[in-house]
Amino acid sequence: MLLLIPLLPFAGFVVNAFLGRRLPKSVSGGIACLVMIGAFLVSVVSAWPLLGHGGHPIEQVVFDWLSSGALRVPFALRLDQLSSLMILVVTGIGSLIHIYSVGYMHEETDSEYARYFSYLNLFASFMLVLVLGASFPVMFVGWEGVGLCSYLLIGFYYAKQSAADAGKKAFVVNRIGDFGFILGMLLIFVTFETLDFQGVAAAAALRAPETLGMGVMTIATLLLFVGATGKSAQLPLHVWLPDAMEGPTPVSALIHAATMVTAGVYMIGRNAVLFSHAPMTLEIVAGIGVATALMAGTIGLVQNDIKRVLAYSTVSQLGYMFLAMGVGAYAAGIFHLYTHAFFKALLFLGSGAVIHALAGEQDLRNMGGLKKYLPVTYWTFLIGALAIAGVPFLSGFFSKDEILFKTFVGTEHSHGSKLLWVIGAMTSLLTAIYMFRLVFLTFHGERRAAAVSSHDAHGGHGHGAPHDAPPSMAIPLVVLAIGSVVAGFVGVPHALGGHNLIEGFLEPSFEVHRTAEAAGAPTAEAVSEARAVPLTGQGEAGEATHAAPADVATERMLMAVSTGIAVAGIGVAMFFWLRRPAAAAALERQFSGVHRLLQNKYYLDEIYNAVIVQPIKQLSTGALWKSMDVGLIDGTVNGVGAGVQGFSTSLRRLQTGSVRTYAASLFLGAALILGWYLWS
Amino acid sequence: MVPLSHYLLLSGLLFSIGTAGVFLRRNLITVLLSIEIMLNAVNLTFVAVGRAQGTVDGQIITFFVMTVAAAEAAVGLAIVIALFRHRETLSPDAFTSLKW
Repeated sequence: MLLLIPLLPFAGFVVNAFLGRRLPKSVSGGIACLVMIGAFLVSVVSAWPLLGHGGHPIEQVVFDWLSSGALRVPFALRLDQLSSLMILVVTGIGSLIHIYSVGYMHEETDSEYARYFSYLNLFASFMLVLVLGASFPVMFVGWEGVGLCSYLLIGFYYAKQSAADAGKKAFVVNRIGDFGFILGMLLIFVTFETLDFQGVAAAAALRAPETLGMGVMTIATLLLFVGATGKSAQLPLHVWLPDAMEGPTPVSALIHAATMVTAGVYMIGRNAVLFSHAPMTLEIVAGIGVATALMAGTIGLVQNDIKRVLAYSTVSQLGYMFLAMGVGAYAAGIFHLYTHAFFKALLFLGSGAVIHALAGEQDLRNMGGLKKYLPVTYWTFLIGALAIAGVPFLSGFFSKDEILFKTFVGTEHSHGSKLLWVIGAMTSLLTAIYMFRLVFLTFHGERRAAAVSSHDAHGGHGHGAPHDAPPSMAIPLVVLAIGSVVAGFVGVPHALGGHNLIEGFLEPSFEVHRTAEAAGAPTAEAVSEARAVPLTGQGEAGEATHAAPADVATERMLMAVSTGIAVAGIGVAMFFWLRRPAAAAALERQFSGVHRLLQNKYYLDEIYNAVIVQPIKQLSTGALWKSMDVGLIDGTVNGVGAGVQGFSTSLRRLQTGSVRTYAASLFLGAALILGWYLWS
Repeated sequence: MVPLSHYLLLSGLLFSIGTAGVFLRRNLITVLLSIEIMLNAVNLTFVAVGRAQGTVDGQIITFFVMTVAAAEAAVGLAIVIALFRHRETLSPDAFTSLKW
């Protein structure tokens, strides 16, 4: 049953990859959508029993994969609370994006269309393996697979140089992260002699948290986190994600916003017990997360490409999720992952609808005034923007506030940090500003039409005014907009009279599982509880999980603050980009240095190029290519060749062509041999 | 009875004459004839030694050598005729194009 979930999209991939060229668009697109919807239905059926209390994880061993000495890795899939939420997000939002793609990619040729859908299905299949995998190696299969599909889809328009380059960049940067992941995996195997997530968690729980210094768990989790920074576009490996926007927009929505880039967050959630035993790692995770959130937020303020703004917004929101993971609020991080999937997919698909309507225009400076042409897109986009900005009672509000609250008061794995909270809140302000800058520049004001009409002209459709999305694109937008509004209600905090259902639901996934205890580590719970006492005794941190009255007041206060921040951000955006565009331009001129710095993304690409890429290139060219390869290897090979040739040249003079010479040498040889026999 | 050494001496003499002919004569037909002389010198050795040892092995081998020599003469003469048609000469030094 579980195997069916990744297998269905894989079947779609096989059909579209091998027969797609001969199939009409309606068939290849239809198959791709149907397998995704099928996977979604199977996911719902599979996840259903877990919704009740005390739902046990379901496990399916497909086959014995690796078996060598102490290493035993069955290809096992496991569905617990955390992975059930993930598969619902992947298949649910994946289905919507598949449906959207039917309309968005309609102008491609039949074979390109099938190629697109085959990649998309393959991606979904690998993502589901990643999420369902019950051990590190199985997860790694999915991890690499989604990286591959990401590369293929970023470079989908491979004839375009920038798209091909962006694909390679994503692939290479991800490899750096994967290297860390593999090392972490090996270290975990060497330490715990198991790679199964539950086994690792049970074994880690038996050890003391490494509060002082670097222990083996700290190193292992740091290595895993390197993998997460690569996949989830965190500092310093975030540089590939903005460039990944070269891919088709639905791909950006599915892979580079809603699902794949959250794999790093998911991985940390999956290994919550292990990470909890490495407080130093957690601090680093939180620091990197919040730094990334702030950095990406500031860059997002000044970008002019609609998709790049959203890309930096994604990086920033992923930073939030890592912040949550870093302060030990695993459920809050996963909650934000889940709500973010809705509104970020919605925003990307909305931007796709805008780009589609303007025949490929992506520059904000050439948009404006699209509100009356694209009503569906406008309203859904607005809902998405409100949700991400954290306006009360939309999904983003609940999840973001949960993270900020947990950052402020701390959890059982961290002390509250005012500093992290302040940076988080500032990022939240930036989020509201750049999102509404996007909304106002795209949909409000006057249409800066000059460039648009020229695009229309060579678009060849002859439509005078941009038209709204066709139904196959509009329906996913509407569904996602509804999702962005209501998705947060599973996590209404206690402070607002809710029950924070999602936290209670996910909690079992972040603990050592009961069956694992029964199987091999009966003392795990006792040990971890015994250890929990001194931890919670250290301060107000331990009480954060239980809603003490003081915390309720704090949480309400923080909510009010962040509501104020969201409204202020929208107000600032309204002032600068709606009421007084001149003021924005003046500000730009006044702080032209800062503006240039942000516009160029802190010159990080240039710095990487100068510090890493160029030295490696010079080393490769100068030392490895010009001297090692050409000098040593080619020299040896060519030298041997030349030597043999020279020897042969002199040797072949022996072949004179004269019969007498041959006869003479024959005779001489025979005489010599005979002489040797006679006289020796 | 003639001692064995006489036979061997004669056959060595014949073999040397044949060898000298192969090296020194400038006519391919003569070279072939010289080769025949060398072959017959060897035949003589076989027969003489066979008889000295009281076996027929030497004579059997001699028959083989004669058949091979006949075949060789046929093929060799055919090649000589073909070469002559080609170059109008029979000097072995004229045919040296098969070299490096």
